[in-house]
Amino acid sequence: MFNDLKSAVRPALVLTLLFAALLGIAYPLALTGIGQTLFPAQANGSLIRDGDTVVGSDLIGQKFTGPTYFRGRPSAAGADGYDAAASGSSNLGPASRALTDRVNADITTLAETTPSSPVPPDLVTASASGLDPHISPEAAFSQVNRIAAARRLPAAQVRSLVAAAVEQPALGFLGEPQVNVLLLNRALDESVAQK
Amino acid sequence: MTVAGWSLILLFIAVTIALAKPMGIWLFALYEGRATPLHRVLGPVERGFYRLAGIDPNEEQGWRRYALHMLLFNVALLLFTYAVLRMQGVLPGNPQGFGAVGADGAFNTAVSFTTNTNWQWYSGETTLSNLSQMLGLTIQNFLSAATGVAIAFALFRGFARREMKTIGNFWADVTRVTLYLLLPICIVYAIFLISSGVPQTLAGSIDATTLEGAKQTIALGPVASQEAIKMLGTNGGGFFNANSAHPFENPTALTNLVQMLSIFSIGVGLTWCFGKAVGDTRQGWAILAAMGVLFVAGVTVAYWQEATGNPALHQLGVMGGNMEGKEVRFGIAASALFAVVTTAASCGAVNAMHDSFTALGGMIPLFNMQLGEIVVGGVGAGIYGFLLFAILAVFVAGLMVGRTPEYVGKKIEAREVKLAVLAIAILPLVILGFTAIASVLPAGLAGPLNKGPHGFSEILYAFTSGAGNNGSAFAGLSAGTPFYNGMLGVAMWLGRFFVIIPALAIAGSLAAKRHVPATSGSFPTTGGLWVGLLVGVILILGGLTFLPSLALGPIADHLAVTSGQLF
Repeated sequence: MFNDLKSAVRPALVLTLLFAALLGIAYPLALTGIGQTLFPAQANGSLIRDGDTVVGSDLIGQKFTGPTYFRGRPSAAGADGYDAAASGSSNLGPASRALTDRVNADITTLAETTPSSPVPPDLVTASASGLDPHISPEAAFSQVNRIAAARRLPAAQVRSLVAAAVEQPALGFLGEPQVNVLLLNRALDESVAQK
Repeated sequence: MTVAGWSLILLFIAVTIALAKPMGIWLFALYEGRATPLHRVLGPVERGFYRLAGIDPNEEQGWRRYALHMLLFNVALLLFTYAVLRMQGVLPGNPQGFGAVGADGAFNTAVSFTTNTNWQWYSGETTLSNLSQMLGLTIQNFLSAATGVAIAFALFRGFARREMKTIGNFWADVTRVTLYLLLPICIVYAIFLISSGVPQTLAGSIDATTLEGAKQTIALGPVASQEAIKMLGTNGGGFFNANSAHPFENPTALTNLVQMLSIFSIGVGLTWCFGKAVGDTRQGWAILAAMGVLFVAGVTVAYWQEATGNPALHQLGVMGGNMEGKEVRFGIAASALFAVVTTAASCGAVNAMHDSFTALGGMIPLFNMQLGEIVVGGVGAGIYGFLLFAILAVFVAGLMVGRTPEYVGKKIEAREVKLAVLAIAILPLVILGFTAIASVLPAGLAGPLNKGPHGFSEILYAFTSGAGNNGSAFAGLSAGTPFYNGMLGVAMWLGRFFVIIPALAIAGSLAAKRHVPATSGSFPTTGGLWVGLLVGVILILGGLTFLPSLALGPIADHLAVTSGQLF
């Protein structure tokens, strides 16, 4: 038994170091090189820029509170939500009073600003990442009247922006119908700027 | 439940079954030590590693030697990762300037990644530097998976070999699986992930100015390289706190499908490889069929419950399925399916928060882990865990007909059955024992976020996940304390090696036996009767052992919420 152990010392130590070099250093660095060469936009986080300013990422949800923007889902990432350096969810269980209290408060707020019946479930439930970039088409359409009023735009124009932003699942079942909130809001800003 | 949802589930099942044979053929070549087309490229690396490490890949090892070498290698890897985490503050590759990880946290994480559990008490983006993720964790993701496959190979040899004292060479198994299976797939896989939007950069984060003028710091890093092996190796340790729910880890419905498939790919291949190794591929298909029955049952319940939704929210007028803790791009079906896949295997990656599942929907992941994660299971760990149950199942069949049980040409005698029971008993012992301790000590009771039965479920889930080497969580539990870091660290170590060592002992014992040809009196281990017996033994064993604990947690939770009781 002792000899068995002794004979394993060198392979164990040397292989640990060799694999560390191969898998821990060479492999991720090689992929970084490949990624930065072939897909630089994606490899750097699918960032959206306005000139030199980074305004966000295609894939990362942003916090919208004002009346002139479509809002995303409630977020438990970081202290104020949508903290893209501290992803996370509420982790509240199904029978949690904290959950029903929060949902109830959100329903009340929605009823004041964005009445819709029934309430789109995704607008009052926190996402898993806290950074969900999407809402359902129903949730987006439910906000059209509020935005149109706040921006003094015809509702039909806002509605057509939403319709254009709806992404349908590939093959009809791979994914869910969804609207990217940040991209929709950018399209909204642009359509106003063009006017 | 929708037609689209079931279409996704059926597509997933079909592709998984289609992967079994091609993956199995490749694994079988590695099992036999034969050259593959990749040897031309990577052969020199393999031989160079052997030369530098003083390894003779043709040296045959008995089970004790195989086990000791495996154990020592894992201890070396554990110490290496521990050292990297403790020295994080002074090592390079730390653009965010994170300090060293504390002693209990580093111990927990080192054990966690060495044992293929990848339980994470920390948030990746706020705790670990890029170098720690790469050097400390990615290496373990590969080698813990390779160790699992090596153990599976050793056990296959036990069944396949006749009157031999040896079960292969650990170093050769682990090196070949890493170089010719995991690494090449991961390179292609990671490039696919990058093209889909998963970042791969050495930058730490970037500041954005949002449309409303606020500052948003977006964490980045070498995510894709870790994501690929995280899924393929059924590790599950996310780069970010939100794991595969984070849009940077899992940006689209397509990456989500591929991630789920990659969790199962090696596991299903190993069932075919087992059949081939024992000279009858029907044996492998029979195992896969039994796994399939348990899998479909789990998916059906989880999807049905999540699609039904949370009665407490229905009361408030929020109708439809349960979207708390789920992402819009995945929706209900792909979230429920992912949860079942990740716990049927010992992966533990999540694309939705299991803690916020409905009571019974969340019970399925828990129950999957309590069955030992043998429904396809972790890389290697699934099949060797399953074979332990197969040994018990033939033993039960033998008792019924009063004949010494045989399985794939080997007599199963007292020694094998004792060892199998030993390996299977460690799981309930650790899960129930440690949960009981945590449920009475103040340090344990400080953990749960949720009150009522769901708080107990959080504790139970943590130790189930730890001992089962899964790594997913009811993440409301505040597990980053010395108490939980220590207890879970021990649970993970016991749950890994106290299964592996008896499994290797069985391999050694079986390899020494002679082959018994099947006769008309042998119990056939390929047909529907056998599949039914396997499923029965697994469910009775798992059901009887864990049902009381489930009654206290998710079942009580379900009864409470359906009767309007909140906590």
